[in-house]
Amino acid sequence: MMAFINSLPGACAQGIIWGIMAIGVFITFRIMDIADLSVDGSFATGGAVMVMSMTSGLPLPVAMLLAFVSGCIAGWVTGIFHTKFGIPAILSGILTQLCLYSINLRILGGKANQALSANNYKLLVSLREVGKSLIVAFIFTAIIVVILYRFFGTEIGHALRATGSNPRMASANGINTDTAKIIGLIISNGIVALSGALLSQYQGFADINMGRGAIVIGLAAVIIGEVLFHRIFKNFALKLFGCMIGGVLYYIVLTLVLRLGFDANDLKLFSALVVAVFMGVPFWKNQIKAKTANTGVAAGKEEK
Amino acid sequence: MLQITGLSKTFNPGTINEKVALTDVNLTLEEGDFVTIIGGNGAGKSTLMNMISGVFPVDAGQILIDGVDVTKLPEFKRAKYLGRVFQDPMMGTAANMWVSENLAIASRRGKRRGLSWGMKHKEQAGFKEQLAELGLGLEDRMSTSMSLLSGGQRQAVTLLMATMQNPKLLLLDEHTAALDPKTASIVLELTDRLVSENNLTTMMITHNMKDAIAHGNRLIMMNNGQIVYDVKGEEKKNLTVQDLLNKFSEVSDGEFANDRMMLSK
Repeated sequence: MMAFINSLPGACAQGIIWGIMAIGVFITFRIMDIADLSVDGSFATGGAVMVMSMTSGLPLPVAMLLAFVSGCIAGWVTGIFHTKFGIPAILSGILTQLCLYSINLRILGGKANQALSANNYKLLVSLREVGKSLIVAFIFTAIIVVILYRFFGTEIGHALRATGSNPRMASANGINTDTAKIIGLIISNGIVALSGALLSQYQGFADINMGRGAIVIGLAAVIIGEVLFHRIFKNFALKLFGCMIGGVLYYIVLTLVLRLGFDANDLKLFSALVVAVFMGVPFWKNQIKAKTANTGVAAGKEEK
Repeated sequence: MLQITGLSKTFNPGTINEKVALTDVNLTLEEGDFVTIIGGNGAGKSTLMNMISGVFPVDAGQILIDGVDVTKLPEFKRAKYLGRVFQDPMMGTAANMWVSENLAIASRRGKRRGLSWGMKHKEQAGFKEQLAELGLGLEDRMSTSMSLLSGGQRQAVTLLMATMQNPKLLLLDEHTAALDPKTASIVLELTDRLVSENNLTTMMITHNMKDAIAHGNRLIMMNNGQIVYDVKGEEKKNLTVQDLLNKFSEVSDGEFANDRMMLSK
């Protein structure tokens, strides 16, 4: 038990970093209504670019910026696949993800992982300073939330939301839905890459597989945030914070499960099933509602 | 205001599902014309509207709106000339956004969208006033999600959105068909008011022949992808539902009007 409590701050810090990733997923999955799988690749791209930029002597802000831009480019590619090649969004994401596997290996100089030691570089977050990392990661999240909140209140932001909500209405009101989708994917993947950049600093290395299953963790965080807070978090900024809290809770549960003696290799199976169940809940709720409506309460009502 | 020449469209050409939707359609609307369009299922009414608004590319022909050739423009670029209301009340608005945000989006139709606020404070008073004029109490629900409104309320808001930028052409694709009779008549009344207040050139598809006669200054009947009957002015005013039914069975080779048309007598 003590060990679990001791590992909580670390879990929270990692959870916040993954929560940033979840905010990126929220943009595509919830706002744009696109299931974007390129994030598995762009997360690792962010980490790889971060580590290689730092080790080649670039200052930290530049490295972060490059990581962000590399994610944006990945998102742009997915957007082009989807809108200009007419490939379904899910497949576009998978294609980008596959492209990125090779590209990430190139970025990492052909190696599966590259170290970024906190001994040699001044980093934003690190395992060695969990307390500081927690604060920095939180501030970082807050800045992203503020910027996104501002952005989705602009004319372009409205255009993105309308495209996600009803593409026909968007077109009828003069919105280029292709462009809107591409912008959404660019922003989302940029944020995901930033999250990858933070994680590579935190754990002290970038790994070719660090993004594997990232979409599932992102979705888990989004859904946990929604299930727990959908009644109180109506405001857009709060919903984004909900993603972050979802990420933190996900990592706390993960840590607990590990402490209970779960095999770490089974974790992905566990996460995927948890996401499947949580996504099933609203669907089952509706089915139950439909059943009770037919047999009980509304039996006397005329069907429309 | 609208000039269509030689417009043709065939769906799935060369396949077993080939469907000739429009054959060499010519149509000219004067400014301020309010045309009602009737015809059986598959007559080409909706296809005609979708071609004007750019949902599908044309096979042949030309479409001019106010002298501008829009034939090759993508849908979102034509939007600045057009106001559209669809049959499905879900179609015309963004369900996840507020009523006021929907209006804000419509008020930017045809304008360049940038990074300034999507809805400015000073706009909201105007939206409130326009909503109040609908007489549905929506002025107090500006910050309500569109998804919580009824079908009729949504159609009313869509109509407001479609007319708010003074479009060159207002396209109404059976916009009351999915509403109950009472709501439908409220929305139709509203349509008449908004059209005449803004002197909008309007095309309205309807399955209700009474409505087709009662509204507008011109009536078009379509059959098999062609315009088979076109009346305006006094002659249109004096039409009866029976006249239209006779005309209809005449053009459709004795094949009688479909049930929906009969029932909506």
